[in-house]
Amino acid sequence: MAAVLLRSAGPAARRLARAQPHVARGMVSETLALMKKSKKAASMQRELVSDEDFEIKNFTLNFGPQHPAAHGVLRQVLELNGETVIRADPHIGLLHRGTEKLIEYKNYQQALPYMDRLDYVSMMASEHGYSLAVEKLLNIDVPRRASVIRVMFLEITRILNHIGNVCWQGLDVGATTPFFIGFEEREKLMEFYERVSGARMHAAYIRPGGVTADLPLGLCEDIYTFCEQFPGRLDEIEELLTGNRIWKQRLVDVGVISAADALDWGFSGVMLRGSGVAWDLRRAQPYEIYPELEFDVPVGTKGDCYDRYLMRLEEMRQSVHIIVQCLNKLEPGPVRVDDKKVTPPAREEMKEDMESLIHHFKLFTEGYSPAPGETYTAVEAPKGEFGIYMVSDGTNRPYRCHIRPPGFAHLAGLEKMSKGHMLADVVTIIGTLDVVFGEIDR
Amino acid sequence: MSLAFTTAQKTLQSIKSMLPRLVTSGVVVAGEPTLYVEPANVLTVCDFLKNHTGTRCKALMDVTAIDVPTREKRFEVAYQLLSVEHNSRMRVKTLVGGHEGDSGVPSLAGIFSSANWLEREVWDMYGIYFEGHPDLRRILTDYGFQGHPLRKDFPLSGFVECRYDPSKKRVVTEPLELTQEFRQFEFLSPWKEK
Repeated sequence: MAAVLLRSAGPAARRLARAQPHVARGMVSETLALMKKSKKAASMQRELVSDEDFEIKNFTLNFGPQHPAAHGVLRQVLELNGETVIRADPHIGLLHRGTEKLIEYKNYQQALPYMDRLDYVSMMASEHGYSLAVEKLLNIDVPRRASVIRVMFLEITRILNHIGNVCWQGLDVGATTPFFIGFEEREKLMEFYERVSGARMHAAYIRPGGVTADLPLGLCEDIYTFCEQFPGRLDEIEELLTGNRIWKQRLVDVGVISAADALDWGFSGVMLRGSGVAWDLRRAQPYEIYPELEFDVPVGTKGDCYDRYLMRLEEMRQSVHIIVQCLNKLEPGPVRVDDKKVTPPAREEMKEDMESLIHHFKLFTEGYSPAPGETYTAVEAPKGEFGIYMVSDGTNRPYRCHIRPPGFAHLAGLEKMSKGHMLADVVTIIGTLDVVFGEIDR
Repeated sequence: MSLAFTTAQKTLQSIKSMLPRLVTSGVVVAGEPTLYVEPANVLTVCDFLKNHTGTRCKALMDVTAIDVPTREKRFEVAYQLLSVEHNSRMRVKTLVGGHEGDSGVPSLAGIFSSANWLEREVWDMYGIYFEGHPDLRRILTDYGFQGHPLRKDFPLSGFVECRYDPSKKRVVTEPLELTQEFRQFEFLSPWKEK
């Protein structure tokens, strides 16, 4: 009724109504009172106020791409009935850089750094997926020490991603303090990245054939110190959030998805486990040294945002546990496969040995050519299943390298998850989906 | 009848024997089973793989394509199916030509919800038509984009460039102008045979 009255009050009043709802209401009644004075106006009013002539349409709202809760460049066209979401249509591609096309024009080594730029909050996880795919095509195994270092940094990456996610989600729904606690920890993890590779984010550390370089002196001690204090910081975050009434009001029973639906929508990682499917690629289809490691895979019961939040916290605790195990498993040894067709020779060898110099030159110009074949290799990235479908035609460049980002499927399921929820819940759901546009848009 | 040793080979062989008319061939590449089917049979085969007790591939993880312009049917569409219950994966492949008036591939959006966006992406990148898709719009490229960028005959630099025009106060799309021509270095050893 209110909408109809506003319409009869004319465009000026409507414009005012949008700006100042209280004033407008007064104006509407005034206008109506004036109209009642004349007969003509009375009949007009009847005409205008009758419901038959008016169709109340749903409100279409553009959410993003500039909105901070849109996590980057998500443009969402929401159809709202009041505040209830009727339809959500995410428009993606604003960060599309044509990574897959670019990779087709690079050799296998040159294509690796693109992986960091896909999911820029869990960089090494994508590098690892790519490296595994190339290693599978090349049919090589990495040395043990490299494998241990990889797993260690993969778990550091998992913490890096999850702590970011929990804090951002907190920020989205109005909790600022966890962000300050979490980001100090994140900074420490990025420092580990920097010490091992020279870059805080785009590390290019895990490469086909092993890792770029061995760990620098003293890094392991610092990682251990981090592992000792980090669960305490997690407790602090949990104290602020887990039992918090507002946090629970915003997260519990929001964005519920059943196990069957989650599979149907191609969900993976936390999004799938939150619905009660115990599926973790580190367990189910293990790679590296995961079979030797002890860790629990948390599984949710209700499949709502709160469950997934709790699981992310638990996964971080498990990751700390894994990192400590990796530190204990570190033994001296090579960190790159001893095949000079795949990994570069040591610097000092190049100075003395002609063959090493040639190897170095050939590797950095021509690269290596895996045998023709194809593989779909998937790893458990922090966000879910990160898959690389790589086709080799026997040359030094991938014929096709398709990236299967976990976030793509999750964002596709946003419509399913947000239907019937309030507008504010959409923000919570985007937070729980853990979308990063680098990987979704590629 | 070929010999089957690994689980993947056995699964493939049983599927081939159950669907002799629908499955053209099946191979195991690097331990990964792949089924080749005709485009018209994709829907039936995937539905079978989804619901058959022996496969139960409840999740469609990925849809993508490969472009080989030299072939008569230039596109290879690959579906990656995952069975959580059996802890197994299955790849279904089909060959389609990108010719005008081609009926394309039947859409899987009816049986896997995840196919909706994945097929939109393939449509956007390759221009492969998915018959019966509920909402076949472009997904990753810009509004009003022309062409299908992942085709091998689409140049890396594209055809157009965008910039903000201060006089018109909007973003304008213009034909591409490169100050230096695009260079592609071929480092493949000339002595090695392909």
